[in-house]
Amino acid sequence: MSQQDKEQLYQYLLLLGDNAMILGHRLSELCGHGPSLETDIALTNISLDLFGQTRSYFQYAASLRDESVTEDSIAFLRFPGEYRNVLLVEQPNTDFAYVITRQFLFDNFHHLLLTKLSESSDENIAAIANKSIKEVSYHLRFSSEWMKRLGDGTEESRQKIQEAVNYLIPYAGELTKTCEVERSIADRGIGIESGSLTDAYWQNVSTVLKEATLDMPEIGWSQSGGKDGIHSEHMGYILADLQYMQRAYPNMNW
Amino acid sequence: MSDKSWPIWEVFIRSKNGLDHRHVGSLHAADEEMAMENARDVYTRRSEGVSIWVVESKHIIASNPEKNGEVFEPAQDKVYRHPTFYNLPDEIKHM
Repeated sequence: MSQQDKEQLYQYLLLLGDNAMILGHRLSELCGHGPSLETDIALTNISLDLFGQTRSYFQYAASLRDESVTEDSIAFLRFPGEYRNVLLVEQPNTDFAYVITRQFLFDNFHHLLLTKLSESSDENIAAIANKSIKEVSYHLRFSSEWMKRLGDGTEESRQKIQEAVNYLIPYAGELTKTCEVERSIADRGIGIESGSLTDAYWQNVSTVLKEATLDMPEIGWSQSGGKDGIHSEHMGYILADLQYMQRAYPNMNW
Repeated sequence: MSDKSWPIWEVFIRSKNGLDHRHVGSLHAADEEMAMENARDVYTRRSEGVSIWVVESKHIIASNPEKNGEVFEPAQDKVYRHPTFYNLPDEIKHM
């Protein structure tokens, strides 16, 4: 593999891993704080699934660099502008409706993406996708069921979930916005252009929203920038939490 | 979403094929689908099982502890009802 090809693959793995890592972190903040014991455990399970996937991507990415780069250094020692996660996954756990809606909007994309990646010409990525897709099928079922329950639940739950949908939908557009890295990686058959999932994505999202008796907001302008390293204000706080130990005590180990 | 509105469910797990489902605990859920998902999340995280049953607790008819005397004690002095006078072959497990 040429140096340039390697670098593109490395950046693509960050793109895949960062979404899982930052969403996993957001969910981990709820550990012990879920609205009920059952949902607390469910959200923490999803968080752990996502961290497992993150590790697979970062271990592979680290193997493309010299020995000074490890999965941990990739996870903990980059600057904010070097993280490539979408803005959606860094949005805060405002309330349970926001947590579920954020998860639902991501899971729909994640499931479509992994289905495609399971046929990647890169066998490591195909293997990671094949393993992850079972987990993500469950995440998608979990978040979709909750969308329906909250949407078609009580007056209050409906109002809250609709508010979360209206707030977060503008962040969903970025998921299916093709970026530079994806373009080159798609040409090599390793990954796909996210844009190719747009129709399927909105079809799936609107089907569930309809079943949940929720109004689908008009899809217009969308927030974006995360894939290019331009993040919302929340990202700095997330990284401060995540990186504190490694920054304060470099190379510390358990 | 107060817990008051969520009924309690009993969870039974079969740890592997050939064994019986065993009661492992209970949980709260709004309906049967959620009960099944919650059971999966709460009770099978460490590969505890291959099959899950959930049943709403109110459907279980329990014996009355106050009547333990009349229900259970008459059996206590009837040792001849136990198969302790037979030798079990080693191959028979889970008796």
